[in-house]
Amino acid sequence: MSGPLQLQDLRVTRDGQAIVALDLTVAPGEVLTIMGPSGAGKSTALAAILGTLAPAFHLSGRIVLAGREITALPPHLRRVGLLFQDDVLFPHLSVGGNLAFALPPTVRGRAERRARIDAALCAAGLSGFADRDPATLSGGQRARVALMRTLLAAPGALLLDEPFSRLDADLRAQIRGFVLERIRREGLPAILVTHDADDARGAAGRVVSPLGLPLMP
Amino acid sequence: MITAGLLRQAPRFTLALLTLPVLAGLAGTVIPAFSNDANGLRALVQWPGLPRAASLSLVTGVGSAALSLAITLLLVASLWGTRAFAAVQHLLAPLLSVPHAAAALGLAFLIAPSGWIARVLSPWATGWTQPPDLLLLNDPFGLALTLGLVAKEVPFLFLMALAALPQTDAARRMQVAQSLGAGRIASFAVAVLPSLYKQLRLPVYAVLAYSMTAVEMAMILGPTRPYTLSAQVVIWMADPLLTGRATAAAGAILQVALVLAALGLWHLAERLARSALIGLAQRGLRAQAADGPARLIAALLGGLITGGLFFGLAGLALWSFAGLWTFPDALPASLTLNTWTRAAPDLAQTAGLTLTIAALATTLALALVLACLEAEHRFALAPGAGALWVLYLPLLVPQVAFLPGLQVAALRAGLAGHWLAVAAAHLVFVLPYVFLSLAPAYRAWDARIAVAGAALAASPARVFWRLRLPMLLRPVLTASAVGLAVSVGQYLPTLLVGGGRVETLTTEAVALASGGNRRLIGAYALLQMLLPALGFAVALLLPAWAHRHRRGMAVAP
Amino acid sequence: MLRRHFLLASAVLLALPVHAQTAWDTVLAEARGQTVYWHAWGGDPKINDFIAWVGEQAQARHSIAVEHVKLASTADAVTQVLAARDAGTTTGGEVDLIWINGENFAAMKEAGLLFGPFASGLPNWGLVDVAGKPAVVTDFTLPTEGYESPWAMAQLVFEYDSARLPQPPRTLAALKDWIIANPGRFTYPQPPDYLGTTFLKQVAYGTLADSSVLQMPVDDASYAAIVAPMWAWLDQITPALWRAGKAYPQNEPALGQLLADAEVDIGFAFNPGRASAEVAAGHLPDTMRTFTLEGGTIGNASFVAIPFNAAHQAGAQVVANLLLDPEVQARAQDPNILGFQTVLNLSSLDASSRARFDALDLGVATLSPADLGSALLEPHASWMVRIGQDWIERYGVAQ
Repeated sequence: MSGPLQLQDLRVTRDGQAIVALDLTVAPGEVLTIMGPSGAGKSTALAAILGTLAPAFHLSGRIVLAGREITALPPHLRRVGLLFQDDVLFPHLSVGGNLAFALPPTVRGRAERRARIDAALCAAGLSGFADRDPATLSGGQRARVALMRTLLAAPGALLLDEPFSRLDADLRAQIRGFVLERIRREGLPAILVTHDADDARGAAGRVVSPLGLPLMP
Repeated sequence: MITAGLLRQAPRFTLALLTLPVLAGLAGTVIPAFSNDANGLRALVQWPGLPRAASLSLVTGVGSAALSLAITLLLVASLWGTRAFAAVQHLLAPLLSVPHAAAALGLAFLIAPSGWIARVLSPWATGWTQPPDLLLLNDPFGLALTLGLVAKEVPFLFLMALAALPQTDAARRMQVAQSLGAGRIASFAVAVLPSLYKQLRLPVYAVLAYSMTAVEMAMILGPTRPYTLSAQVVIWMADPLLTGRATAAAGAILQVALVLAALGLWHLAERLARSALIGLAQRGLRAQAADGPARLIAALLGGLITGGLFFGLAGLALWSFAGLWTFPDALPASLTLNTWTRAAPDLAQTAGLTLTIAALATTLALALVLACLEAEHRFALAPGAGALWVLYLPLLVPQVAFLPGLQVAALRAGLAGHWLAVAAAHLVFVLPYVFLSLAPAYRAWDARIAVAGAALAASPARVFWRLRLPMLLRPVLTASAVGLAVSVGQYLPTLLVGGGRVETLTTEAVALASGGNRRLIGAYALLQMLLPALGFAVALLLPAWAHRHRRGMAVAP
Repeated sequence: MLRRHFLLASAVLLALPVHAQTAWDTVLAEARGQTVYWHAWGGDPKINDFIAWVGEQAQARHSIAVEHVKLASTADAVTQVLAARDAGTTTGGEVDLIWINGENFAAMKEAGLLFGPFASGLPNWGLVDVAGKPAVVTDFTLPTEGYESPWAMAQLVFEYDSARLPQPPRTLAALKDWIIANPGRFTYPQPPDYLGTTFLKQVAYGTLADSSVLQMPVDDASYAAIVAPMWAWLDQITPALWRAGKAYPQNEPALGQLLADAEVDIGFAFNPGRASAEVAAGHLPDTMRTFTLEGGTIGNASFVAIPFNAAHQAGAQVVANLLLDPEVQARAQDPNILGFQTVLNLSSLDASSRARFDALDLGVATLSPADLGSALLEPHASWMVRIGQDWIERYGVAQ
């Protein structure tokens, strides 16, 4: 059910100054990288697509996901998933509870929901972790739970906000591979935001600046 | 389901809820003072005790506020980050919930010439076989009253300072200043105090206004020839000659003027203190020698305050079980349950009503505060400085100045004398405290959680109920316990709006205080403290139990 | 059944005119099921218990519920009635019955805030000792005119611990000498407190050549000369008072607490049975005794009154009548309950009612009616006001 993520002449300005200017289409399974130093508007671009822009910003243009315009929709109705710099697991819920929160209410029945969660944990190599306290997990385990949680919500597109920057170097390549592999397998259009050229190369897709200029990673 | 439109109006509605009763009550007070040819004002001016009562209000109020602030700052400056600090914190927090009347009665029994301290030391150390004739309580200079107020206000200011400290980046600033060779006290004064005080200013103003207008404490510990102005106003309100009400109204207005004058003076002192601090900083204040004595004094004062309140309350509790207990026996000759069994039915009924009113007022306050904070979060509202002042309005305007007017309004509306009306009146006082208690934690909540929730297709309502509220269980329950304690401690609003028909533990305890029956006062005061203590225990234990398997929810050390 | 009840009632109340008795029946019928809000000082658990017991009796006998509204000061109830009138509440008021006397009564009567006259219409009125205890119809020289009904008598008695003070002073002059010889061991509640002002009036009685002027309103021309000896007496003792007169206890219970704490050696109360009751409760040592002054001490009656706008005037009258019932009066006199003096004429009671009083053990510290001495009438209420005000100017503001 996935389709392309289209940013049609998307411009974000603050006090008249352009911060984001993107006009492009991200195909299903493609990972587009937006790169730039901190403060360059990467996060603003993500907020614009997520729908969490602060009122001080002005947005024009259209955002279309799988043929549906989502420009004016509130964040929770956009079907745009997000992976944070940190995993941002909900600390008061178990690992299974975190995943269950993401599972759409259309998945009915205790057994069915439990099965979907177990399957997701299995795919992340974390079988039997459902009742664990997220605080007891290692960094890599937490990152995988965060990704599975995002995917369980059945998003139409995925935004990655420097999700690997806090990981150790050896873990980093491994998690990055895991995430990119899942994105391709699910056929999701994805946008990766990073200031790290390594991550950009790993994504193996187009690389642009927040203002839409093509960059060589 | 609350619609977004309704939620957006929550802050405005709440501000109105705080402003309207205060303004309407003030109007209801001003009118009788000036009506009937301004008889009230004339009677006030002719009262021989006026100059002294007014200056007593000013001196005890400003004095105790200044002392409370100084002790609080000294405690924070010399002990912050040490192990002793955590101990003081744990000792002072529960004392915040002790109602003023109970604290005053406890202290009175402790320090009176026939009180517990004298009994313990007599006759072996003092040689006293009968109490010495020493003017320790109700002294004409209001020293006992000032000390009582300080003992009760330091815990409040200390906890407010504790809440404000994280926002001042105190730890790093202290480190930097100390690495430059400044002593601990000097570092605090130069690097932390200015931004800390900015956050403490309104609580300090509230303490100043309260100290100047306290009624229960003034009646129990304060001078009596004459009383402080606020206590005298309450006495006039009850004047059988019926002309007293106009005098009381005029006195209440003078009280407001005095509070305004004191606030003006205080503000002036703030500016002087600030330029003095800047001067000290520029001269490179080091003052390392001050640290040792300061720490000693801080520990001593902190210990005195907690010890005074604690042993005073313990003394009251002991009285409730005492048979014959004559001077100079350190302990009662016999213990008996008579007081409790005799009062049990009354106590149970009164405690039940007290709890019902407190629960209703706290629930409403919590709902409104949560709605305000959630609206602030969802609609990215930035509350102005004015909003904070409104929040403090019921704490800044003297109760004796607006409650009588409110009483008449309640009577006209046919609401007086019902416990629901009392709960509504309590709401005006409970709400600010609940807000002040909850807002820092609510605002400090990691907003990325909400974004994560929305990115998982969760509606704002689902994020609120499933993520924010459970994660904030501890601060929400703590704020509720604070609200409960505030409601339980309310005296004048209960008495006036309840028309004497709504009996809570506090109105009963103060009524009993006029009767001097220490045993029964002890029983009521004990329950009066137990209810809030129970609330704080729940706020501490329930989240710990609910999150016992979640390390991420543990309290930061 | 109803008819028989009617006949029985008629037989009992034969002495009353028929119309009064039927009128009372109407009151009783109207009162059934009412809740009477009795506003009464709530500072003493024993009085609170007694009022609760009266409520049980009212419920059992007349199906009337009594709610005791506990006041810190009787004036609170007066204030409330006034506030209600100012707010336009002329019916359905919240205060049904007030324990009252003295200046509160004078103020309410003058302001037209009282229902009545009703007292002489109460069936038990005939038992009241109007001739022997004139204070039951003269409240601070103000004729009650039926606007309040008495329920207890009180008289000033001094209290002391015989273990600490074997021989108490029995005249005002001896009291003064004793105070000066024992500095810091005597005080009185701070006027305008009721008991404190009563002490001042007692001093006035003892220092006046002709005390009959006290029964008339204060006369501005002669006032200063009349009270001069009283102020002189006070000026002499003040430096020797507890705390050298720099602080005073606030009321009778606070003074009682000072006596219990041994902060003073002589206290006083307006209830001759208070000391015995406190001994019985284990709050005072059993060496406690009481005395009165030669020449008598001031005595007065406690009353109940009904506000003009009371919602339950019928029920309030029934409760006022119940308070005059011999069983209720005997219970109030019992030192284990209250130790209040009765307002009834014991010789007018039937044998069984009389026996209830005879059976009472008055307690170790209580004087017999004979030893109590004569009860001096309260001075005119204007004396209390004027002396109270002047006291504040002389001693009430720190110098």
